[in-house]
Amino acid sequence: MSILVKPNTKVLIQGITGSFGARHAQLSIDYGTSVVAGVTPGKGGQFFEHGGVKVPIFDTVADAVKQTGATASAVFVPPPFAADAILEGADAGLDLVVAITEGIPVRDMVRVKRALQGNTKTRLIGPNCPGIVTPGEGKDSHGGCRIGIAPGYIHKKGNIGVVSRSGTLTYEAVWQLTSRGVGQSTCVGIGGDPVNGTSHLDVIKLFNEDPETTGIIMIGEIGGSAEEAAAEWIKKNCKKPVAGFIAGATAPPGRRMGHAGAIVSGGKGTAAAKIAAFKDAGIGVAVTPSEMADVLLKMM
Amino acid sequence: MNIHEYQAKHLLAKFGVAVPFEIPARSLNEVRPAAEKIAASGSSKVVVKSQIHAGGRGKGMFKTGFQGGVKVAGSVDEAVGFAEKMLGNVLITKQTGAEGRQVQTLLLAAGAKIKKEFYLAVLLNRETSRPLIMASTEGGMDIEEVAEKHPEKIFKETIDPAVGIMPYQARKIAAALGLKGELFNAGVKLVTGVYNTWWECDASMVELNPLAVVELADGKETVMALDAKISLDDNALYRHKDILEMRDLNEEAPLEIEASKFNLNYIKLDGSIACLVNGAGLAMATMDIIQHCGSNPANFLDVGGGASKEQVTAAFKIILSDPNVKGILVNIFGGIMDCNVIATGIVAAVKETGLKLPLVVRLEGNNVLAGKKTLAESGVAIITGDSMADAAQKVVQAVGK
Repeated sequence: MSILVKPNTKVLIQGITGSFGARHAQLSIDYGTSVVAGVTPGKGGQFFEHGGVKVPIFDTVADAVKQTGATASAVFVPPPFAADAILEGADAGLDLVVAITEGIPVRDMVRVKRALQGNTKTRLIGPNCPGIVTPGEGKDSHGGCRIGIAPGYIHKKGNIGVVSRSGTLTYEAVWQLTSRGVGQSTCVGIGGDPVNGTSHLDVIKLFNEDPETTGIIMIGEIGGSAEEAAAEWIKKNCKKPVAGFIAGATAPPGRRMGHAGAIVSGGKGTAAAKIAAFKDAGIGVAVTPSEMADVLLKMM
Repeated sequence: MNIHEYQAKHLLAKFGVAVPFEIPARSLNEVRPAAEKIAASGSSKVVVKSQIHAGGRGKGMFKTGFQGGVKVAGSVDEAVGFAEKMLGNVLITKQTGAEGRQVQTLLLAAGAKIKKEFYLAVLLNRETSRPLIMASTEGGMDIEEVAEKHPEKIFKETIDPAVGIMPYQARKIAAALGLKGELFNAGVKLVTGVYNTWWECDASMVELNPLAVVELADGKETVMALDAKISLDDNALYRHKDILEMRDLNEEAPLEIEASKFNLNYIKLDGSIACLVNGAGLAMATMDIIQHCGSNPANFLDVGGGASKEQVTAAFKIILSDPNVKGILVNIFGGIMDCNVIATGIVAAVKETGLKLPLVVRLEGNNVLAGKKTLAESGVAIITGDSMADAAQKVVQAVGK
């Protein structure tokens, strides 16, 4: 088992003909992911070809779902059109929409989040996230499901769940695990924006229920209070060991550190407060990012 | 992006928010006519306000020793006198740091007889992903202090983005502020206008501190925004060309402007170890580990997911323009990007800039062996780190020598 996606999940790619979407569609196909459809309005009927795989392109997500049975999508469309693409995916009844796009206006995401309220069918991950990987059994985890932009080869099939707001910091944690011979059940990047579809807590709950996941690494950063909320729940409910790291202890208040959500304002969202919440919840705190895997492995 | 007070009030006025009669002036030539117009409007006082992107102006001090970035003049001549001491001079406030900011624009405003001061702000509530209006009767004060000491004095109203602000919500806020009669109705209009400014302009925050009940020359009372601060969502500026024109490059650090030309995300800090990293989270974590090893980061620098040789070279030049930098730590996790491309870029940048400072490079990921070989065979003095911790320790040691 794994969470959110399995190695055989049928994936469609919204924005498959853009340079960014095309590049990562190719890498997902190379990884052995079942990429069954692409969507680019106006290019329906054409094909996206790579490595002997011929992926049909549709004008609408609804068409793509009907024709191919895709259940998950990766959104690579540019920021001005991303909110529309996300809601189109939800309207088509997808189980999962993963928004990779960086730079979507907050107001657009406020509207998207409101529109998805009460929708129990579609889960949104992101935006501004690296996506999801459920590693496969082949060499360098080939044969897994890769939705997004993470490097597939750093993964290894196994039992640790990883959830993070940041891309490269997720890769860092995954690589630390893989280098120590420890595999992952699923790795989820929830994105660095202030309004996102899925929180740390949502993913932690899924890992807690997943019989194959035996330990969890949670990576957070300054800004907001999502890490604190997750820690509070973990303290009361989580049956599995959790190790955590918070980035941004040295960030000055009022400055946005790359991610739109990574900002300490009004004295809220500091690394110190988040680390204190982790400790209070019994989460193993990695003092430096180099120790994320070791802290978890010591707890297990 | 932040904008000046006079620009914020211009936007607010468009959405029906009452603001004092006021005129911006960029040069001394513009000050006297502006002050005369304000005096002619019936105001006995002319307020002269320095326009910089920082708070605490009233209690600030100019580098010349002149006290106060906001002054109330009793005559046109006095207003011009104040303007001469402010315009073109550097104002230091508790928010500017010791270097201060040069005042390039003044705002001349009709003086108001303040009867009561309030606080009003609109921002995103991240926990609910909905807009939130915050109001308090404790105006003119530090709102964070009020939130800590008197949380009961802060009134909050969440807005449903599907319907926008409803009139009853504006009425609740006006009532919470204790407004009555005509002032109540004026307050409802003002609150609605402030919310609409936030929503329609894609602001990340609109803050009026103070919002005030003032007595006009004819003895009537009204509510208006005496001070206003607006910050905007950078990601939405593409659909607000008029607001984008309000960008004031004088308020931004020159190195940060230079970095943005190369799509580099750079923020200058006070330490001595520069870092160059791919990814915002990893960049923050690299800053943290430098501090953990006993030194301080000189900057935040995210070169993004697909850094080119040109970007790496530009990044090195920007880092090296900071005179406090004593050493450099490069931390790249090349997930998709080729480590050898980065390594080639680093070698080229070192040669082009004639780097003399200690340079520690930690490369990991795609094609890392070729990348390490390129570094080793380059003839350039580069210290390699095996992990983030190892690299951070090495750069701190190298600088400490």
